[in-house]
Amino acid sequence: MAYDVNTIFQIAGIGIIVAMIHTVLKQMGKEDWAHWVTLIGFVVVLYMIATIIDDLFQKIKSVFLFQG
Amino acid sequence: MSIEIVQLVGFALIATFLIILLKEQKPVISLSLTLGAGAIIFLFILTPVESALELIRTLSGQAGINNMYMETLLKIIGIAYLAEFGAHIARDADQEAIAAKVELAGKMIIIMLAIPIFQVLIETVLSLIPGAA
Repeated sequence: MAYDVNTIFQIAGIGIIVAMIHTVLKQMGKEDWAHWVTLIGFVVVLYMIATIIDDLFQKIKSVFLFQG
Repeated sequence: MSIEIVQLVGFALIATFLIILLKEQKPVISLSLTLGAGAIIFLFILTPVESALELIRTLSGQAGINNMYMETLLKIIGIAYLAEFGAHIARDADQEAIAAKVELAGKMIIIMLAIPIFQVLIETVLSLIPGAA
């Protein structure tokens, strides 16, 4: 099994850390930096999700749709 | 059966807690987490399903059923699941309109796939009626 609960923990960890950094930067008055951090965090999470979704779609193709 | 229900429910529970935790701060990442958790759960379940479908395919081959019917049936199941998956993701993000369109598209594609089988059915019925064909 390539994926397990660790993947979910990783994504949630990224989310929590990004939320923390966002709050800290906002308190320091650096709003624009905070937005960049949010954007980069989202891109990283999206990349991980896209990998999982691609794996799922390939598997569904091979199981249900044969050659697709 | 290599996968256990306890494992799966535990995974779903952990994912749910993490999603609720993140929902207040970062709704986008929370939604991504929902997507990833759904995909992983289905990947979990797909491995046993694969062997079951292999058995069904072997049995239908031995029974002499036309391969086209089984293939279409499996394709319809796959499309139905994918459409449901996409629609639920859109619905989770409060995009009811997009969810409805995805479901509509899934139904349309299933109808397209079912047309050849329906054609065969009509031809069979017509050949049974004397003097019709």
